[in-house]
Amino acid sequence: MTDDHITETTNRVMTQWNNDQSNLLQMLIDLQQALNGIPESAINQISAGTRRSPADIESVIGFYSFLHHDTHNPYRVLFSDNITDRMLGSRALAEHLNSRLQDIDTATVDYTSCTGMGDQGPAALVNGHTLTRLDKERIDQMAALMETNTPLSDWPAEWFRVDENIRRRDLLLETDFEKGSAIKCALESGAEKILEELDASGLRGRGGAGFKTAMKWRFCREATGDNRVVVCNADEGEPGTFKDRLLLQSFAERLIEGMTVCAKVIGATTGFIYLRGEYLYLRDELESKLQRYRDAGLLSKDIHGEAGFDFDIKIHLGAGAYICGEESALIESLEGKRGIPRIRPPFPVTSGYLNRPTVVNNVETLVAAAMIAVHGAAWFRTKGTEQSPGTKLLSISGNCLKPGIYEYPFGTSLEVILKDCEATHVQAVQIAGAAGSCIPPSEFSRSIAFEDLATGGSFMIFDRERNLLEMVQNFTDFFVHESCGFCTPCRVGTSLLKKRLAKVASGRATGVDLEKMRIIGSLTRQTSHCGLGMTAANPILETLDKFPHIYEPHLLSTTFEPAFNLDASLEEARQITGRDDPDAHLQGGGV
Amino acid sequence: MADKVKVATASLAGCFGCHMSLLDIDERIIDLVELVEFDRTPLTDIKEIGDCDVGIIEGGVCNAENVEVLREFRRHCKILVSMGACSINGGIPAMRNQYQLKECLEESYLHGMGVEDAQIPNDPEVPLLLNKVHPIHEVVKVDYFLPGCPPPADTIWTFLEELLSGEPIEFAYRQIHYD
Repeated sequence: MTDDHITETTNRVMTQWNNDQSNLLQMLIDLQQALNGIPESAINQISAGTRRSPADIESVIGFYSFLHHDTHNPYRVLFSDNITDRMLGSRALAEHLNSRLQDIDTATVDYTSCTGMGDQGPAALVNGHTLTRLDKERIDQMAALMETNTPLSDWPAEWFRVDENIRRRDLLLETDFEKGSAIKCALESGAEKILEELDASGLRGRGGAGFKTAMKWRFCREATGDNRVVVCNADEGEPGTFKDRLLLQSFAERLIEGMTVCAKVIGATTGFIYLRGEYLYLRDELESKLQRYRDAGLLSKDIHGEAGFDFDIKIHLGAGAYICGEESALIESLEGKRGIPRIRPPFPVTSGYLNRPTVVNNVETLVAAAMIAVHGAAWFRTKGTEQSPGTKLLSISGNCLKPGIYEYPFGTSLEVILKDCEATHVQAVQIAGAAGSCIPPSEFSRSIAFEDLATGGSFMIFDRERNLLEMVQNFTDFFVHESCGFCTPCRVGTSLLKKRLAKVASGRATGVDLEKMRIIGSLTRQTSHCGLGMTAANPILETLDKFPHIYEPHLLSTTFEPAFNLDASLEEARQITGRDDPDAHLQGGGV
Repeated sequence: MADKVKVATASLAGCFGCHMSLLDIDERIIDLVELVEFDRTPLTDIKEIGDCDVGIIEGGVCNAENVEVLREFRRHCKILVSMGACSINGGIPAMRNQYQLKECLEESYLHGMGVEDAQIPNDPEVPLLLNKVHPIHEVVKVDYFLPGCPPPADTIWTFLEELLSGEPIEFAYRQIHYD
């Protein structure tokens, strides 16, 4: 790659993003797509154009796990490392690919957090593009293509196929939607009427927290400040969640209109879809749908013929940071910074993107809002419970015969869901992702609802063959990787928990270690800066209470055991010095 | 004498800075010896530890001898205290953890500046190094942690006074926060 080529490409990318420093992350992502990496020689040029210091730019590159400097590998394969992918054999496939590629230096193989393909895994990303349903045969074929330097565009399209996998439709997915109808209804009834209807519907945020959507929109509408912003949180990063993938892929019209209705209510001119980097494959199709809306007069200027109603939507990509699903971290990321959660208040509704009043809603919430604008509150309330009206999309994966996307009315019990997806001999269900709850069979009569089991949509099933300790380790590793590093309780606490858990798994722990995990876990929960740290210990704390039997068989009966094997840790020195006398060994461990 | 609390101390992979800080309690050491009797410690030069009430450890664990000494302390002390950054986190000696042991030894004994008759020592008298430096609570159970590099004399004094009088251990903010 010549210096001229780098300079030229960097210039083109920066111009495309208006040299605007708040678009830094997007420039870096596009530059990486174009050059296979971000050359270090481009940093000064970007710095001059965006007026952000080279150190600042490096700190952004360092924060996002998808960004890297290395431009020499034409192929970068990242295997999805969620527990559900592992259960489908992803680790063995990754190792197999690695061994196949040992002799060539044009590819790297590594792991990444859940890529949102739990129903069609094992999955991976190659140069950011999603691969599904991997198996040994396909890995061999991939290796052959990489050995011959075949460009991705010539790889079989079938490998990149992402199925909808809708297994159950209810209110949202069953009801037809006519393009433009939500915008039309919103304009006819006016902002205040729409807000009343939304309020009456009782719609609550679908990301998991369940904040009342009407209240959020009203706060923003009544906040002071110009240039309001609507943000769609499409950073679906909670392990085991993939329901937004479907909505973005096949129901994007409803999303676009939900955002436009919100813009009408709060008076916004700018909209963003923050699309997780793992869903890069959805970007082009989304862009063309947005363009069709503009062409139809339903986006951009004088929307639906209403003079002065201007609103447009841009797509911003994420780059592999789970924390950016937290709304204030997401806003930081939209501004082209490291995704570190803000201190709240002020809340985004008064001071969000570039300190403007901002509504951040989950994809499913905005889709539901569009449907409510058309069909009304009464229609929405025909399903669900008093406190949780409507339906919820679930992403079901793990040990069942029919993984996929299921839409259920709130209030549906786990028993019913497990029967529908044909799961048998179930040991546990992990609800709401790594940060959620682990539910034993004795509680399967509980139901999906904000007043019982709240969930963003992740639903992972583990049968009796599974070692739940592996699940707990997988989730704990996930939090270590995804902690943004800003606050000590989370950064250090997650690592301490990971080490302690490894000690248990290796059979060197005692009851003291479980007690320590409880203490560290609850300290992490109580003192962390944001929701990530507050929930990072959940997998451990929940299973210690509800599944103590997954820990107990691993424990020694001593009161204390060292954290490492004492004698083994002298092995290196024994080899170097050639000693094997009695003093060159340490006996025993615990007391 | 029989009523005095027996205290032992040791410096493992540390710099003796924590022991120096202990001595910085100055004339209060006279009050201290009224209350305690020192067993094995660098101050008395007693080599073998007897049964003690309190054991105070400075420094992390970097070799086989450290492990043995630490275990002796744990066996003989009712209360074991981890004092200072090295014993709590590994501290400066743990900076070698980012290298292989072999690299460290080769740098010191084979390729380092001014090395003559280059060879890695293998005399059985010399304790073998662990491949990594560890904080002491990874080897034995620890009852109290006294942070600082070193913990100031006042902090050590407050700790000992409260411990000996059986009161809950509490510090003024400045005594254990260094911001």
